[in-house]
Amino acid sequence: MRNSFNNVLIESARKDDSIVLLVGDIGFGVFDSFRKEFPNRFFNVGVAESNMIGLAAGLSMSGFKPVVYTIIPFLVMRAFEQIRVDLCIQNLPVILVGVGGGLVYDTLGPTHHAIEDLSIMRSLPNMHVLTPCDPQEVMLSLKDSFSHQGPTYIRLGRGGEENLLTKDSIKNRKPSKLNLIRNGEDVLFISCGSILKEAILATDILSTDFKCGLINIHSLKPLDIDSILGQIGSYKFVVTVEEHSVIGGLGSAIAEIIAQSSFNVQQLMIGVPDTISTQIGKRDYLLKQHGMDASSIAKRVKSLLLIEKS
Amino acid sequence: MKLPELNNLEDISKEIRLRVLDIVYRTPGGHIGGCYSVTDILVTLYYGVLNHNPKNPKWTDRDYLILSKGHCCLALYSILERCGYFDKTFLEQYSCDGGILGGHPKKDDAPGIEATTGSLGHGLSIGAGIAWAHKLKNKSNRVFVVLSDGEMNEGSSWEAMMFASQKKLDNLTIVIDNNKLESLDLTDNILSNEPLDERLEAFGWSVKRVNGNKHSEILGAILPELHQPGKPIAIVADTIKGKGVSFMEGNTKWHYRKLKPNEYEIALEELTSARNA
Repeated sequence: MRNSFNNVLIESARKDDSIVLLVGDIGFGVFDSFRKEFPNRFFNVGVAESNMIGLAAGLSMSGFKPVVYTIIPFLVMRAFEQIRVDLCIQNLPVILVGVGGGLVYDTLGPTHHAIEDLSIMRSLPNMHVLTPCDPQEVMLSLKDSFSHQGPTYIRLGRGGEENLLTKDSIKNRKPSKLNLIRNGEDVLFISCGSILKEAILATDILSTDFKCGLINIHSLKPLDIDSILGQIGSYKFVVTVEEHSVIGGLGSAIAEIIAQSSFNVQQLMIGVPDTISTQIGKRDYLLKQHGMDASSIAKRVKSLLLIEKS
Repeated sequence: MKLPELNNLEDISKEIRLRVLDIVYRTPGGHIGGCYSVTDILVTLYYGVLNHNPKNPKWTDRDYLILSKGHCCLALYSILERCGYFDKTFLEQYSCDGGILGGHPKKDDAPGIEATTGSLGHGLSIGAGIAWAHKLKNKSNRVFVVLSDGEMNEGSSWEAMMFASQKKLDNLTIVIDNNKLESLDLTDNILSNEPLDERLEAFGWSVKRVNGNKHSEILGAILPELHQPGKPIAIVADTIKGKGVSFMEGNTKWHYRKLKPNEYEIALEELTSARNA
């Protein structure tokens, strides 16, 4: 994801000389090519994230298009009030790129996990919140962001992610619109971000017994509410899968929609429970611990559907 | 463009204090103590230093002023009104239902308001960003940020201080309204900033310390040629909170308080006498 982001950033910067990149002493080697091509438009402003957001606001107010990059907790949580006041209240087109969404900084521990960011960011008026699932969507998300006249938050993984969406799917993708991956009848999966892979695998596991629908949400805000409702309407069960706390993220956003609809739908929320993830281990291990890997998801969904059948 | 009243700064300050009193008394209230400590600083900047044009607020060659101590916006509003950025209807509805101007400045709510402030510790980073942007564009606009001494308790202020000296932003000037009182107590009893001038120098700034209620001293310290090239400029302006009204001066009670009728009458008489003297 990081490399895709870098490639599109370079491509965009070639076309628009007002684009500048601010980093908070993060991203070793990631931006070497950007830095080489645009040495006067790459700024490491130090481990001072609150100041970094204020600087980005000032640059934006003076005609630049700042892209701000650092690890999510330091960006979203440390500098939250600057994001709220300087960017959202002033409604400035600054692009915030957070790296390390979910549990991808696994063994670095809970200080570096990012499981509350979507909840925080989607509560902010004027903010767009994008959750690309693979490198292809990262490229499109960054392009979308440059056309938004207010602030945008893009949540990246760590790097090395594989492409999950088909070429057709990418070709037909529209900004802020949901992406239908699979039609079904028994249960509708809704996912966002790179954990979409686990959702795809879970539907594969379940496919012998159930017809599972699957949609991918790359824009958590604005949310494609009408299309989501159009999909949910034909199901009795919805499963949301996100690499985030079960409080305030994708699952909550979908629950808010369902609660305000006339549909009689039951929702299972797969995500990090309301707990600090203190276990030590790689991402796959942590996902399993929280029941978020494909086989655990399939098992949880199967029990739910079997209870209904009985 | 510089406005012509350079010799009347003291008279303008007296008028501004009366206008602030008038608005604070008739409306839900405001931070009158800090407004009165910062009045002389803002009057000096708007009428003696800033290159600005009230008839063309977004003029690209203008100097910028960000009131980072946004709670003292009534002083700013009164000066913008007097400069001609907007007419009296704006301020007459201050903090009223459906009004335009509220208790903290919001960018573009009225012409001349450059940034949204009120949460302390934000304005200097934004100002540094604007100053930096103009350096990158090789433009000579100056950026002024007015801070409170209490605001220097905020860590983000010092992050911005480091950045400005690192980038040699000598187009950036801060004026610290050092009235020595925060909301509840003396700054020295809470989180002392002193020796403030020495601390600022240690952060790489060119610093002068003046009486911030004397226009001539502020003017005499703020000219860029008086400072070291390549360094951002800091003016520590020692002021008196509540300056101009005897019972408010140096009194924590008047950080934010609505005036009773008898208090209003005394304040009005003192400020009117000063203006007519």
